[in-house]
Amino acid sequence: MLIQMLLDLQERFRWLPQELLVELSRQAGVPLARIYRIVTFYEAFSLAPKGRHVVRVCTGTACQVRGASLVVKVAEQLLEVAVGGATSDLEFSLETVNCVGCCSIAPVVLCNEVHHAKVTPAKVRELLDLYK
Amino acid sequence: MHTAAPAIELERRRDEIKQRLDTYRKRITVCTGTACQAYECLGVFAAIEEEIGAQGLESAVEVRKTGCHGFCERGTWVAVQPEDLCYQRVQPHDAAQIVAAATGNGVVESLLYADPVSKTKIPRGDDIPFYKHQQRTLLAPNRIIDPANLDHYLSIDGYRALAKALLCMTPEEVITEIGSAELRGRGGGGFPTAKKWRTARDAPAESKYVIVNCDEGDPGAYMDRSLMEGNPHAVLEGLLIGGYAVGASQGVVYVRWEYPLATRNIQIAIEQAAKAGLLGNDILGSGFDFHVEVHRGAGAFVSGEETAMIAAIEGKVGEPRLRYVYPAVRGLNGKPTVVNNVETWATVPAIVDRGAEWFRSIGTAASKGTKIFSLVGRLENTGLIEVPMGTTLRELVYEIGGGIPNRRKFKALQIGGPSGGMLGAEHLDTPVDFEALAEVGAMMGSGGIVVMDEGACVVSAVRDLVSFCRDECCGKCTPGREGLRILGGYFDDICGGRADESVIAAIEDVTHLMRVASLCALGVTAINPVVTSLRGFRGEYEAHIRQRRCPAKVCTELVEYHISQVKCDKYCTSCLSGCPTPGAIVGHKGVRKRIEQDKCIKCGVCEEVCPTRFSAVARFSGEPIPAAFRKGR
Repeated sequence: MLIQMLLDLQERFRWLPQELLVELSRQAGVPLARIYRIVTFYEAFSLAPKGRHVVRVCTGTACQVRGASLVVKVAEQLLEVAVGGATSDLEFSLETVNCVGCCSIAPVVLCNEVHHAKVTPAKVRELLDLYK
Repeated sequence: MHTAAPAIELERRRDEIKQRLDTYRKRITVCTGTACQAYECLGVFAAIEEEIGAQGLESAVEVRKTGCHGFCERGTWVAVQPEDLCYQRVQPHDAAQIVAAATGNGVVESLLYADPVSKTKIPRGDDIPFYKHQQRTLLAPNRIIDPANLDHYLSIDGYRALAKALLCMTPEEVITEIGSAELRGRGGGGFPTAKKWRTARDAPAESKYVIVNCDEGDPGAYMDRSLMEGNPHAVLEGLLIGGYAVGASQGVVYVRWEYPLATRNIQIAIEQAAKAGLLGNDILGSGFDFHVEVHRGAGAFVSGEETAMIAAIEGKVGEPRLRYVYPAVRGLNGKPTVVNNVETWATVPAIVDRGAEWFRSIGTAASKGTKIFSLVGRLENTGLIEVPMGTTLRELVYEIGGGIPNRRKFKALQIGGPSGGMLGAEHLDTPVDFEALAEVGAMMGSGGIVVMDEGACVVSAVRDLVSFCRDECCGKCTPGREGLRILGGYFDDICGGRADESVIAAIEDVTHLMRVASLCALGVTAINPVVTSLRGFRGEYEAHIRQRRCPAKVCTELVEYHISQVKCDKYCTSCLSGCPTPGAIVGHKGVRKRIEQDKCIKCGVCEEVCPTRFSAVARFSGEPIPAAFRKGR
């Protein structure tokens, strides 16, 4: 159940601050080391604050074949942040995701869980502007 | 003591539902799969519902939200029954026309699919080439039923197989039926399902488990998601039958966190089934107790491996273990556990209902039944397809997929996910069959097929797959962890033009070691794309290594973008405003633009936005830049 609890916390707070994990360890009676082992293993967990908008570029094989790595480059350039990071004003987080299973509408970009279809490099600016 | 009353009650309810649904003259279904949601399908649904309400047609026309229809490329899809009219690329403002046509027995011509060659409009879904060459058994209900409505599933004879298994068959008979159907696991391995079930049934233990594996991590595959989203009751029914067969009273559905809609739909299905007495204690009066819970995966590709999945469900880190004892003997919480893939579970009710003979009549000598593939990449028609085993890759690519768009040539296809093979045109006549694919160094995998045209670089595609496996490797065994790290470095060197001739022999050494020494199947098969591409596309590797050239002009470190000083239009500023990098394109309105190579990040925006009437931007790799593209003209 530990993983399910952590998923709920991640969903609610959008990241897992240390104090939260210490408190979870105390209340659930689970060693902190075990909690950290789990949160660093799985991709769903974040140990750093996330931006208000989370932009996730799918880099599954189908998206790659249709140019996802170029989409990543443009997004990095426009947001001035590397993949895995958040902008200094915490407006945007930029991430890649292995496959969201929408391969026939590739390349796919998820913004706050909304799927955007056929996002070519030239369409990234317009897409980000929707969230600015 | 068995009592037939609940089963009779179920049939009575089914008849009532069918009669009620028969009173509608027309049924409009709107695809609301995740892909269509990117196309505003929910707006389409709302608009149609509103239109029906506005015209007071609620009792004559039924509208349903369904799961994925499959032909996602052309979403949003709307189908009208009973004629099976299929409308593509529907927008909310088309609602009035669709409803008017449905009530007047007409057709909205403009929304029909047109044959790409003859331009003839095709009204019926089953006549569209993409669907015509398929045999949709598992996927068929996706176009008909609302996944969140148990009545719809009952109306297509859902849970009839469960009643048959629980009331008319012994667990032994169920396993024998699945065994004589020769069903093999759809998750990748192709292990005989009945054999797994029998091992678990024969293992002595008080409690046993059955698990649905929906950790569909293979990039390029989404058949499991589509089944879970579009027809979750079929998966649940299969799981119940499996639980009965192996003697388990507890089921777990493991869904990856990237699939929120699938998680929600299976949760709804579980609640509905429990309310209807199809889950819980003494199901249908048979004395069989069964409970199901959903476990959300937290995101780790390796958790799709069954021993890793069991560890994850136990709340541990999802790492595989050596399988000296199979999970079917000692699995979850140390008890016998059967883990099967979503598609395998969804196939079970059909076999129990229609019989092993029917299932065995489809497919090849050793691979029976139909298989779902996600056919994606550079194809005219992409989407989710279901074909009999034995169909050739050529039929998939050219008949169903409609071939490669823009008159380009087929180059390769990647089948079976990151552990699958990279097959060139010479392998197109390979049938989809577990053994035939293994023979050419690929694998069925979960069924992802990504097609590449001549514009794709095979070396770079393999690099992406290797780095995917490297990032997803759990790190427990050295051959997997270090092998993938080293291979990743080699591929970075090749794609960056830094490798020398010795690299190919070095790659062969590492792949050999990983094949013989890795702990789990992921390490052993991660080398498949490398080995098959080295065999089929050696020339492309050599161009990268010897000439520092990427023939497809994809590997950014070996590519330069230049603007033709002849074709560039002085008064066009598309590239200037599109370029994300300040200072990378120099010039202004009134002069021809140039690219500053040391600032350019090679993202390709300029090439994309340059109007086709100019087509002034070009990519070069390892070749002299023609005079027209040089500055100073």
